[in-house]
Amino acid sequence: MKTTALTLKGIGSYLIKKKWAYLFILPNILIFLAFIVYPVLYSFLLSFQEYGVWGNEWIGLDNFFYLFSDYVFWQALKNTAIVTVVMVPLGIIVALLLASFLHPLSERVKGFFRMAYYLPGVASGVVMGMIWRWLYDPNFGLFNLILEKIGVAAQPWLTSPKTALGSLMLMIFMAAPGTAIILYLSAMKKIPKELYEAAEIDGAGSIIKWFKITLPLVKATTLYLVIINTIASFQIFTQIFVMTQGGPGYSTYTLVYQIYMTAFRDFEFGLASAQAMILFAIISIFSVLQFKFLSSDVEY
Amino acid sequence: MMEISIKKVFRAVGFSLLILWAITSLLPLCWLFISAFTPSDFMLKMPPEFNPLNFRLDNFTRLFEETDLIWPWTINTFLIAASITVFNIFFCTLAGYVFAKMEFWGRDVLFAAFLSTMMIPAQVTLIPMFLLMKKIGLYNNHAAIILPQLAGVFGVFLLRQYIKTFPGDLLDAARIDGATELQIFFKLIVPMAKPAMAVLGIFVFMGQWKSLLWPLIILQDQVKFTLEVGLATLQQQFATNYGILMAGAGFSAVPMILIFFAFQQYLTEGLTVGGSLKG
Repeated sequence: MKTTALTLKGIGSYLIKKKWAYLFILPNILIFLAFIVYPVLYSFLLSFQEYGVWGNEWIGLDNFFYLFSDYVFWQALKNTAIVTVVMVPLGIIVALLLASFLHPLSERVKGFFRMAYYLPGVASGVVMGMIWRWLYDPNFGLFNLILEKIGVAAQPWLTSPKTALGSLMLMIFMAAPGTAIILYLSAMKKIPKELYEAAEIDGAGSIIKWFKITLPLVKATTLYLVIINTIASFQIFTQIFVMTQGGPGYSTYTLVYQIYMTAFRDFEFGLASAQAMILFAIISIFSVLQFKFLSSDVEY
Repeated sequence: MMEISIKKVFRAVGFSLLILWAITSLLPLCWLFISAFTPSDFMLKMPPEFNPLNFRLDNFTRLFEETDLIWPWTINTFLIAASITVFNIFFCTLAGYVFAKMEFWGRDVLFAAFLSTMMIPAQVTLIPMFLLMKKIGLYNNHAAIILPQLAGVFGVFLLRQYIKTFPGDLLDAARIDGATELQIFFKLIVPMAKPAMAVLGIFVFMGQWKSLLWPLIILQDQVKFTLEVGLATLQQQFATNYGILMAGAGFSAVPMILIFFAFQQYLTEGLTVGGSLKG
């Protein structure tokens, strides 16, 4: 086999022998090449160019230099970082806590809560954004009505640069982390009961058992959630588009919202590609770091 | 004794936390439907009145009167999501079968390459895709939304994991009996892989129904919009007429909620498979 595979004839007959395998994955490969590989490479090249209707101009690193001196870009980066650094750990901790309380309950009760936590995630970002914009309405919104009832001053919520980003984060926080809870529950189900029984014989209480058995054994799930949620957090767009349009001022600009505006309002495709490349680099670095950092001792 | 009472307190605290969180998590959706059925005269009173006795369909009738595009948007969304779902399932099952059960040169490298692209944020491909679609004349065309989604990495992975568990003897026996690869795929693999195909279908359909960014960029004519893009523009039209806006939002949310209740089990399974993909 090894020697014939090196000749052209050998390659030909090998391909014919395996034609179904290659044929069956062909549609996937074509789409993969056309809509992932080609765009990523092209985006990389575009980030060093200035886009023009009559042809692009190669401008080296100018797009990147411009961005590093751009106040809005730093604002967008800062907002994205704040949302990610605060919301990702918070969401995962809440999910882990809720799942831990939920785990020992009966299947029927569990089923109800799983439904309650996952249901809001079923509605689209547009729908949730619309609802929350209504809840936050400074004059007629439910939140200010409640605050008024309990004697607290009405809040400007999304209408003030001081509170807009915080309001967005509150919304993300209150949308229960349904996916994470489901994943934690299924991970907890897989932990052998003997481990807990053995710990009980040794006299371990609930809290010690949780820290020494549950927490380490759901670590793989935690790792997955941290990576996935970080990536998702860097990509927040829909809520911003529906609720604040990046404002007031630039107070809720995020990286992806800026990419959208640069590309499809200003038609600065080169500059927007440079922003996308920076987003790509940040996400890659985070993924690699988190994977290294958190997976170093995933051992059962 | 001490240990038991602490445990009880602990459980009570835990349970109230679960309830509290369930309420806050369901509240926005409840508020959506309450507002959608409350006419604006009641809603904009000071203080507003939200009483089930006042529930009317006013907001829905006004929504349909003022925007005759709701139905086209819904049909567009459905047709796009349905065609993507059908093709995506088919091509992902084909590839999943190959990666699970066939041996050929380059298989593992190719599969690793597929998986690694899951980390690539969609925004990186956005601009080149837009320019590409403009060049090949698909700007403002539903095909521009359907084409890139005909296959997908998540689906290939999901189907591969599932088909991997099928007994190899069965396939060998079929081959000895003279079945062609196509027959094996359609007569053996597809019937057995149906549960995983259903999981994938639900995820793809819901994901497409809910997507905003790409349709927003690639569609220009109002009549070609999807429901989500249309709703986003309604927001500008009806700025603070929340009754109508909530009626529109409800219109988009109800199909998703129905699918959720019908296929809850599949959704949980799909999420867990996704969770088994660690890096």
